[in-house]
Amino acid sequence: MSAMNNQGRPTGAGEATSSNSIQTYTGNRGLRLEEPLIFELDNPGACGVDLDEPDAFTSRLGSLERKARIGLPGVSEPDVMRHFVRLSRKNYSIDAGLYPLGSCTMKHNPRLNEKMARLAGFGDVHPLQPQKTVQGALELMDTLAHWLKELTGMPAVALSPKAGAHGELCGMMAIRAALAARGEAETRTRILVPESAHGTNPATAALLNYKVDEIPATAEGRVDLAAFKAKLGPDVAAIMLTNPNTCGLFERDIIDIADAVHAAGAYFYCDGANFNAIVGRVRPGDLGIDAMHINLHKTFSTPHGGGGPGAGPVVLSAALAPFAPLPYVVHSADGFKLVETMGEAKVDGTDPFGRMVAFHGQMGMFVRAVAYMMSHGSDGLRQVAEDAVLNANYVLASLKDDLSAPFEGPCMHEALFDDRFLKGTGVETLDFAKAMIDEGYHPMTMYFPLVVHGALLIEPTETESKKTLDQFIGTLKHLAKAAKGNDKTLFTGAPHFAPRHRLDETLAARNPVLRWQPAAPKQAAE
Amino acid sequence: MSEIRFTDQHEWVRVEGDTATIGITDYAQEQLGDVVYVELPEVGKTVAAGDEAAVVESVKAASEVYAPVSGEVVEVNADLEGQPGGVNEDAMGRGWFVKLKLSDKSEFTKLMDEDAYKAFVEGLA
Repeated sequence: MSAMNNQGRPTGAGEATSSNSIQTYTGNRGLRLEEPLIFELDNPGACGVDLDEPDAFTSRLGSLERKARIGLPGVSEPDVMRHFVRLSRKNYSIDAGLYPLGSCTMKHNPRLNEKMARLAGFGDVHPLQPQKTVQGALELMDTLAHWLKELTGMPAVALSPKAGAHGELCGMMAIRAALAARGEAETRTRILVPESAHGTNPATAALLNYKVDEIPATAEGRVDLAAFKAKLGPDVAAIMLTNPNTCGLFERDIIDIADAVHAAGAYFYCDGANFNAIVGRVRPGDLGIDAMHINLHKTFSTPHGGGGPGAGPVVLSAALAPFAPLPYVVHSADGFKLVETMGEAKVDGTDPFGRMVAFHGQMGMFVRAVAYMMSHGSDGLRQVAEDAVLNANYVLASLKDDLSAPFEGPCMHEALFDDRFLKGTGVETLDFAKAMIDEGYHPMTMYFPLVVHGALLIEPTETESKKTLDQFIGTLKHLAKAAKGNDKTLFTGAPHFAPRHRLDETLAARNPVLRWQPAAPKQAAE
Repeated sequence: MSEIRFTDQHEWVRVEGDTATIGITDYAQEQLGDVVYVELPEVGKTVAAGDEAAVVESVKAASEVYAPVSGEVVEVNADLEGQPGGVNEDAMGRGWFVKLKLSDKSEFTKLMDEDAYKAFVEGLA
């Protein structure tokens, strides 16, 4: 007999009914709620706060005075609360499960970081407060700078850039300033970028009006050293290289590359997106790198896109250090001070290329990163890199016979697969990724890097347990077997269990609808 | 009588008189998937063989289209700006990108002919 509870009700799941055939009045399906846009919730006059009507006044705006509604929805506080909580329940996040996006380092964000960031002395300060009232916050920035310089073996760091790509821009502007200082800004116009690079690298170079020149990869997924050397010349300003690269491989020739770059009078920019694989193990300064950004939201566990701008500090070599942008923190007998002006910088003996942002950077991210560094310690950070690489190799080794790996392992922090295992099945990388959504996972990075056909790039990070990885690996083996067994039901039209089924990405890209428009008012009855 | 040649970057170039019409091959459009955006050069711009002549963006990737030969841009296929799907529908015909006034015909004859390109693509499989 089936298990009964003490009120005599059956506790099993009951007879399965075909839930898809039942239509609900609201369009909701239990906890899967249909949520309109906030503009569609508009209830004119509703507001989160009661404001008194203004007293009589004379407008001085003249013809510029707005007569119509400004188009913001009228919603009460509970409306707004429910709207965003409901939306958040449709979302997938690192707090909900494994998030294996390659080259993104989606690691757990420790709660301790959050607690520290909410301390009033960090969370409630204003950038325009007198510096003597925020000495603790300035000391924290100095501490962060110290850790970043120690971990990278570089003498200077610019903390103000707001994200990785912004950090790239900052590093490349420092390189341009260094070239200008020796009179070569006009003659050095070319940037070398490997073909496996993150798209932001050539984009950064192009934004600064450099000509981008691609370096081919070898059959084993690394920079082709001979082809690279052949491209060097007196018009090369810099190379932009990621190490470990986007194929998840360490660029073994990196010291040769750095030496050749420097011998040619150019600079070496390293994309630090994949620093998690080498933190505490390798100091980029020892490899001959001149500038590297560090995504605090990757290696140092601050949230991805949570609570405003991120932070992408840039470490700089001795050759570039004098050109670091304003402001920066200095420490003297009088305490900590932000150097804010060119005049102060001149006294300090530096020559900043300018400034990237209005203030000093993203304090909330700085606090979280320092909390992460200090709670791990130098030995803990070293273990981060070791465990991240171990986890990625566990995934690679477990799946290489079920999926297909284009390059010989071992890998660094991420495992790269191509789509040869799907050949002839009628299932493509995209279908495979969508089927993972039905299994409750965020898909891995797909179709990147471009050097691999139908790429599937998996970065598990160190924060996933063996148990979690085993279930993930089991899921991928199951899907690969289904695809090879010509069972397309899991893939065609997937995801089936998401709030929306397969979306038409082509239509969305060709005819993007970027702005909600109110429905046309109904015509008066004739 | 027109002649067609191909590059190892999957561009085709068809020459009639001193006008070279350039596009991407059927193999290239198939690899890219649905094309969603095409960026074309300005008429009058001079490009050297191997320079970027246009950009093609699909749901999977953005790629440069390189000029297989040198010359001055005399016409661009403005239809593609509104209807980028033309590249998928007829890559070798209606989906052409730019027309150049050829500056050096010898560059053309150095490129792969149809049979050589076919063999090249088969070698990639």
